[in-house]
Amino acid sequence: MIHAKDINEHTPWQDLTPGGEIYEPGTARAFDTGTWRTHTPVFIVEACKHCMLCVPFCPDSAIPVKDGKRLDFDYMHCKGCGICVEVCPFPAIKMVSGGAAR
Amino acid sequence: MSNRLSGNEAVAYAMKQVNPDVMGAFPITPSTEIPEYFADYVANGEVNTEYVAVESEHSSMSVCIAAQAAGARSVCATSSCGLALMYELLYVAASCRLPITLACVNRALSGPININNDHSDSMGARDSGWIQIYAENNQEAYDNFLMALPIGEHLSVRLPVMTCMDGFITSHAVENIELVETEAVRKFIGEYCPENYLLKKENPLAVGPYDVSPYYMEHKVMEAEAMKAAKARILEVAAEFGKISGRSYGLFEEYRMEDAQFALVLIGSSAGTAKAAVDKLRDHGVKAGLIKIRVFRPFPGEELARALAGVRAVAVMDKSEGFSGSGGPLFAETRSALYDLKERPYLINIVYGLGGRDVKTGDIEKVFARLADIAGTGEIGPVYTHMGHRSKEDIA
Repeated sequence: MIHAKDINEHTPWQDLTPGGEIYEPGTARAFDTGTWRTHTPVFIVEACKHCMLCVPFCPDSAIPVKDGKRLDFDYMHCKGCGICVEVCPFPAIKMVSGGAAR
Repeated sequence: MSNRLSGNEAVAYAMKQVNPDVMGAFPITPSTEIPEYFADYVANGEVNTEYVAVESEHSSMSVCIAAQAAGARSVCATSSCGLALMYELLYVAASCRLPITLACVNRALSGPININNDHSDSMGARDSGWIQIYAENNQEAYDNFLMALPIGEHLSVRLPVMTCMDGFITSHAVENIELVETEAVRKFIGEYCPENYLLKKENPLAVGPYDVSPYYMEHKVMEAEAMKAAKARILEVAAEFGKISGRSYGLFEEYRMEDAQFALVLIGSSAGTAKAAVDKLRDHGVKAGLIKIRVFRPFPGEELARALAGVRAVAVMDKSEGFSGSGGPLFAETRSALYDLKERPYLINIVYGLGGRDVKTGDIEKVFARLADIAGTGEIGPVYTHMGHRSKEDIA
């Protein structure tokens, strides 16, 4: 059984899976899909009340939560759609132009 | 056991013997009878297939893809525009490496709309990654369908298989054929046991994920290697099938080729007509022969080159136009295959039989006369011509 962690962009065709089948769940976690972001949300931690509205609205998995508190963005998976900014009732998220949080 | 069946009936009967898990069913002339006969088997409780009546061929192939990915053996039948509507899914099935079996009853593609036989439908799908096996008659249509499963499902292959027969000429003509006992068929095809499938709960699986540039080409190489490997598997399965049926099959059939000076290369039911013409010419001392291509994908290029190496002049007869401007698809493949020979025969291409246009023994004899003329004079004349159409010009 070939696992996703054992495959990368240097793997020869003989060691890949037929049809690109993936034999385990949750492998998107390991892949950087945030590189094509053109706008970036910035987390303002002091304004956040941890109401958790942004978390389910995020279409990806870019807002990690730990012990009832939201953490800073997971930019590896954030596409910069800005939905979190729209749903945040507080001034706890702002969008900046460009792919990096400045 | 002997029986009188039409080509469609024979393939439907093969499907019944296979007892597949799923059939994606949508009617289109001339393949309609296959899902129709099969619906009877379902209604009579003779099979326990999940018969999914859908709203289009795009959907029937989608059903097969989903079912096969889930771990079910899936079958389908279609023709012409139905196959064209499946076009995207044909590539999905092949690239996901899902060994679906499809009975293609060859019919001309629109337009102008026409329901009769030629090979333009399946030839349009020749680059989709499907194995293609063509039948000359009802017996072969039946046999090819049974052999398709152990070919496509084998781990070294894992590709979908299209078994093709000529619309109406084969699909609707009733012939005496020999059927294999159902018990022997079941033993021959075995259970479908994929290594991984969506319903295997111990092992979550994703099928057909997005493939970025650093991976896509590797997956295409894998698919191409599987197609190359299919050749050996096809012969292996043919040998196994020979043991239970007494009938032998190769990648192509060589008819009276042992000392042939002039030969035809063609596909499908026209081989029967051509064989009669070859016999007649042989009676008159003409060293005529025929190669009937059975497996078009993978193309048996090296084997074909060997078979044609000693022949003086060859006519490749295409039953589909292709619109390359320089010959039909079988011609392109054959000419390419012969390139590696040190001494090549003269080679011409004749496109014939489009949209059900008849080809008769007299037509075939004319082609052989042209080949004899080419070999005699060394003048090849026009390489790519049509036959059997009306024209103000003289045509061979």
